[in-house]
Amino acid sequence: MRIESRRRWAIAWLTGPAYLWLAVTIFLPLSAMLYFSFQKKGPFGRHASEFSLKHYEAFFTKGYLQDLMWRSLEMGFHVTGLCILIGFPAAYWLARRIRGRWREALFLLVVLPFWSNALVRVFSWTIVLRPDGVLDRAVQLVIPGLPSIDLTDSYPAIIIGLVHSYLPYMILTCFLSLQAIDESLLEAARSLGARSWTILVRIILPLAVPGLAAGSILIFVPVIGSFFEPRLLGGPKGTVIGTVIEEQFTVVSNWPLGGALSFILLAIVLLILAVAAPVLKNHMRTT
Amino acid sequence: MRTSGVIASALLAAAVAAQPLSAAEVRVLNWQGYGTDEAWGVEAFEAATGHTVVHDYFNSEQEMLTKLRTSPGAYDVVLINSAFTIQAAEEGLIQPIDSAAISNFDDLSPGLRDAAEFRLDGDLYGVAWTWGLTSIAYDTEEVDPGNSIDILWDPAHAGNVAVRDDSVENVYLAALATGQNMNAPEDLDAIRQKLRDLKPQIRTFWSSEDEWNKEFAADAFDVAVYWSGSASRSAKAFGLPVGYLIPDEGAIAWLDGLSLAADSVNPEGALQFIDYMVSPDHFVRWDTEVGAPASANGVAMNQLPEDAFNRQVLGDPAATANLQFMAPLSDETREAFLEIWEETKAWYAE
Repeated sequence: MRIESRRRWAIAWLTGPAYLWLAVTIFLPLSAMLYFSFQKKGPFGRHASEFSLKHYEAFFTKGYLQDLMWRSLEMGFHVTGLCILIGFPAAYWLARRIRGRWREALFLLVVLPFWSNALVRVFSWTIVLRPDGVLDRAVQLVIPGLPSIDLTDSYPAIIIGLVHSYLPYMILTCFLSLQAIDESLLEAARSLGARSWTILVRIILPLAVPGLAAGSILIFVPVIGSFFEPRLLGGPKGTVIGTVIEEQFTVVSNWPLGGALSFILLAIVLLILAVAAPVLKNHMRTT
Repeated sequence: MRTSGVIASALLAAAVAAQPLSAAEVRVLNWQGYGTDEAWGVEAFEAATGHTVVHDYFNSEQEMLTKLRTSPGAYDVVLINSAFTIQAAEEGLIQPIDSAAISNFDDLSPGLRDAAEFRLDGDLYGVAWTWGLTSIAYDTEEVDPGNSIDILWDPAHAGNVAVRDDSVENVYLAALATGQNMNAPEDLDAIRQKLRDLKPQIRTFWSSEDEWNKEFAADAFDVAVYWSGSASRSAKAFGLPVGYLIPDEGAIAWLDGLSLAADSVNPEGALQFIDYMVSPDHFVRWDTEVGAPASANGVAMNQLPEDAFNRQVLGDPAATANLQFMAPLSDETREAFLEIWEETKAWYAE
């Protein structure tokens, strides 16, 4: 009994600060925003607090908000998919093919973008992608006479900027999964006559699922809420649900609508995770 | 109110008499690079009055209001667009101004000086400083402007038009283009349709004067919505071939005033600063050396050189006959305008 109660105390002492931290930094602001999202008006000016569902209703009655939500989700899938396509092979090479100093150097290159401000990265892309920009000149140098490449203010520009910003998450999470794979498993497979492709699909990929899943979540969630990358790289083509939410706060101080749209976005994310979780669990159990 | 005001100004006068050069700070809240922070102006003011000038900046009217709300006592002079002056006064963010303390007050153009947008319960809350237009700038080397706002919708300029990503500005333009009172448009569907029709025209959104100049110089667009003061600077300071069109349908006009913050620590210094800002001395140099919006001070406008942009374009009574001044907007109207614009942007993005 005594040991049991001491253990409980120890757990409370050890986890308490973390929970307190979560409560202060996440739970409290989120609750405040949840409260405002059910208010008729925001916290500014003189008016009584009044409960209202109209900001949630707005999402379901206004077609353009649903279109923009779908656009953001689509953008999230595109960016996450491309990050997997580029990030997984990169992580594979880093984890299993490259050794020693080279790996350190390459790792540094992967992490390097994290050390610069996100806005700086996005603005750099506008320099690369504009007509007569870095990309355009490089292409003209290789194949002179091609029509000028202008990716400014376009959907591909947004995707390029976001993939560049979030790719390191995918490489790092996949790297950890891939590095943990026991070499003897692969040797056993090889000794039983499995080809490289079979090893990749039947052994490596299933064992890397936790890394792929973690990376995907880390990328998908912030991307569907992103606003300054689409705005700066997309211009007139860069309107997504994130920019609408941001404008509610910065242009009209309409906290309730901004809050309501944010919580709808959060609900959709949770829904997607809830659908994906059993599939992932199942997958990990069978492997 | 009156008597306490008289006592206060008497005390103020006594204080000024006791310390003719009371060296204190005048803290100014304004857009960056908008007249008050010109180095030569600040130096001249500091030399004349002994007050030092400290600036803080905002990037949107909402940010300005938020700064006043959250930092009482941190500012003395604040630039407030006339559409926001009454709101700021009602919230108690600014205080009434005694016009007798402004020696240049009588020289200000009556239509701007006495604008209802600056007054609440008969008290003056803003001193008319500068005014200007949001209208259409064009490349004089490539575009024959005509005299209609429909130049923005002209298929000849498809893919060559730039507008600012601003809900109010664009709804106003569409209201003018559909022949409505921009401050109280009745046919919002016509505005929505007019904005949608802009889709094939739009090349880009611009967000700052600097960006406008760079993209115009790089020939990214030929026709663009622009502010008159900025157009004058582009032509004068950067030598760009910028022409400015005031269409027959009218143009959006704005009026900026200088106000006295409610908890100003140095109100007498603040009023001296406002007085200097509305003087011909400051304006003529500002416009000739840098490029400025039009001054509310008629005497100052008449002291500009004959060929000055402000005298040529904004001094012409015929061109300015159809202007519509921006009135204060309610939160509901702003939200409605933003919704129209966001819906339109969603359509542009498809």
